[in-house]
Amino acid sequence: MMNSHLRQLEDQSVYIFREAYKHFDNLAMLWSMGKDSTVLLWLARKAFFGHVPFPLLHIDTSYKIPAMIEYRDRFAREWRLELVIGQNKEALAKGMNPTLGRVECCTALKTNGLKNLIAEKGYQGIILGVRADEEGTRAKERYFSPRDKHGDWDFREQPPELWDQFKTTFPEGTHIRIHPLLDWTEINIWEYIRAENIPIIDLYFDKGEGTRYRSLGCAPCTTPIKSTARTVDEIIEELRKTTVAERSGRAQDEGRGMELLRKDGYM
Amino acid sequence: MATAIARPTEHLNIVIVGHVDHGKSTLLGRLYADTNSLPEGKLDKVRDICRQQGKAFEYAFLFDAFLEEQEQGITIDTARTFFKWQDRHYIIIDAPGHKEFLKNMISGAARAEAALLVIDAQEGIKEQSKKHGYLLSLLGIRQVAVVVNKMDLVGYRQDVFEAIEKEYREFLSQLKVTPERFVPVSAKLGDNIANKSANMPWYGGTTVLDSLGLFRKETSREQQPLRFPVQDVYKFDARRVIAGRIAAGRVKVGDRLVFSPSNKSALVKTVEAFNVEPVPTEATAGQSTGITLDEQIFIERGEIASREDSAPLVSTTFRCNLFWMGRHPLEVGKKYLLRLATREVECEVAIIHRIIDASDLASRETRTIVGRNEVAELTIRTKAPIAFDLYSDSEVTGRFVLVDQYDVSGGGIMTEMVTDEHTVLREEARQRDIAWVKGDVGADDRARHFGHRAALVLITGGRYTGKSFLARRLEGQLVADGRHSYLLDGANLRRGLDADMAEEDTKETVRRFGEVARLLIDTGLIVVSTTNAFGGADHQAIRTLVHPTPVIAVHMSKAEEEPPPNTDLAFPGPKDYEAIAAQIITELKTRGVLAEALGAKPQFHYSI
Repeated sequence: MMNSHLRQLEDQSVYIFREAYKHFDNLAMLWSMGKDSTVLLWLARKAFFGHVPFPLLHIDTSYKIPAMIEYRDRFAREWRLELVIGQNKEALAKGMNPTLGRVECCTALKTNGLKNLIAEKGYQGIILGVRADEEGTRAKERYFSPRDKHGDWDFREQPPELWDQFKTTFPEGTHIRIHPLLDWTEINIWEYIRAENIPIIDLYFDKGEGTRYRSLGCAPCTTPIKSTARTVDEIIEELRKTTVAERSGRAQDEGRGMELLRKDGYM
Repeated sequence: MATAIARPTEHLNIVIVGHVDHGKSTLLGRLYADTNSLPEGKLDKVRDICRQQGKAFEYAFLFDAFLEEQEQGITIDTARTFFKWQDRHYIIIDAPGHKEFLKNMISGAARAEAALLVIDAQEGIKEQSKKHGYLLSLLGIRQVAVVVNKMDLVGYRQDVFEAIEKEYREFLSQLKVTPERFVPVSAKLGDNIANKSANMPWYGGTTVLDSLGLFRKETSREQQPLRFPVQDVYKFDARRVIAGRIAAGRVKVGDRLVFSPSNKSALVKTVEAFNVEPVPTEATAGQSTGITLDEQIFIERGEIASREDSAPLVSTTFRCNLFWMGRHPLEVGKKYLLRLATREVECEVAIIHRIIDASDLASRETRTIVGRNEVAELTIRTKAPIAFDLYSDSEVTGRFVLVDQYDVSGGGIMTEMVTDEHTVLREEARQRDIAWVKGDVGADDRARHFGHRAALVLITGGRYTGKSFLARRLEGQLVADGRHSYLLDGANLRRGLDADMAEEDTKETVRRFGEVARLLIDTGLIVVSTTNAFGGADHQAIRTLVHPTPVIAVHMSKAEEEPPPNTDLAFPGPKDYEAIAAQIITELKTRGVLAEALGAKPQFHYSI
């Protein structure tokens, strides 16, 4: 059963999806196969009555956990999704990897991988699953958040956003990041997965070793947490008690990492 | 800790507002710290950063995430934070108090259901304390608790607190806002935030934390008359789904809906949803839903569905209260884009009645511009009629924003409908359309059969400018192309339909002409008309009567001259009629009346 708050979150996200689809001719959505962007994908199917009328982008750093790629290909087939895969081959050829610096690696393989793909395909709107409760700079995001010609985020000059009227007009060469999950919390995501019975990748569950992933990223920079939660119910129960931040297993959040990354166009 | 069973949860959005430096972020930080609501290690992490940078720790740093915010010690942009207390969930929005960031404050406050307004006990009521109070009332936030902060700096004196309470209550009463309570606190020292302060024994009221618990959840808009703004029309599969979010009321299968301002009407056949069992048969206020109709009527984004007996207002002119946050001042006569729910239409400010100086609420001298961060009372005129409500009747369809260039730059609430010169005709058209007895053949059937939609081409201009010649050429070309077209010359009505009338009653002549055109359009024809008798204003009347049929206005003249308002194509000087007819046909294609090629499926701009 869905509680009234989840329903409100769903209604708001669906509204945002439909506004994005109406206003942007060249629209795409990021799918990292994690819980958030999979909920995002599910909400797109809600908004368009089972259809996903735009391509899904996956920025492949080549360091993703293999199970994630299998999962991606399976549901792309089952749900008839249009998949576009981007990779910063140039940086990889030059040997970019996390040992050269985490922020450097994220910037090259994720931020620039995404920017290159946006430039190549001419996307005007990119839908992505960032949430305000994840970390401080995301708490200050807009649902429709403009990026300049270089893909940079000018957080000093964010557009006003009121009464569900969003920034949908923008100069040539710039693009808009669209955030339908901004108001969702980590626990809301899991409650929704339970209510809708969304098939979620099993890396989030303990398989008897006493560990599971709480947040998914690249294999070298994401560490599992100690947990014996084997089901969605058990994860929800665990989250109700925890006081540890969700992204504590994500290396790029250390220090001022996220503010610097996000200013330059990181997700 | 409760078990994982689903339980009723209530979520409330709260905004913290007030003048810069009066301690909003500190209050928020303290609230989290004193209720153990911070993630593990967060407090230590921020203390460490402060130590490294050699500055004193402040609770405000917990949520001022940007480096620049910490360096300047001010909040630049609104942060959404999540807080839970006694089984109730809160999203607390920390809004900036610096006037430079007023648009950020508005973005934060617009989504709130209740507000904490912070006033510094030592500094007292400042400009932004009042402005924020005024904006809360414009944004429709009626639950306000005033937090008088920094009581430690005034020796926790009761008289200081009471003087501020008295002054601010008087101010708010002019806005018809009654604050729920005033709470004296020291956010820095934790007095009356989560814990009752021993320093103010004279205060018998609640702490800030307990005040949150006393805010009520907004009541649902389910019981109000139905307002369903059309967001989009989807045809991904066999279903033709009218998608949108219900602003007020409820809609269920079998209901008869009227769409305004087009006055189209149909029954709800199904309510659509993905992965919902059993399939729903109704949807209520707040829900993003989709419906299908029993008839394939033409509907476009921006129309508002309602019941026949409680339809929204329709006009081109209304009075409103508006706050402006644009980079450039709002100017009388300049064109802006108005957005109301999902409707977008060009508009201009007709009159600035007064600038409301939010600091004293007194009116100032009349002006022709509204500056950044000012609030004004205006009359706005839209290019085409819009459906709306007064804000006091229906919030979502009674408020709008103005877009200047690329940016949402102002927000307003409708306070009064102003009747324009076509109000009477519009009402006639509405009553006529609602009561119209229809056959089983709908507009879409005719469009499919004819390969095009109906439209009206109005050719205007003085004597001997070639209007009639062009009209005949256009009609001939359309029919030769296999379209269905008819030439309607205003003069033809004179001897028949208008034979009972005096020549000079142009108003009635125009009305009859409009109704005849409407009938011909209803048969699915592209009506080409030339009229000498009618001036520009009369053409507007004809548009009102045939609304929402596409109208293409073509103006012919011997030399360069100012064409009548709303002219689509103007042709001054010597003519190549062949080329002009071709240009009009191209325009008919652009407007979605004609399909690109005969035999191709018509691509309509809206519907089907």
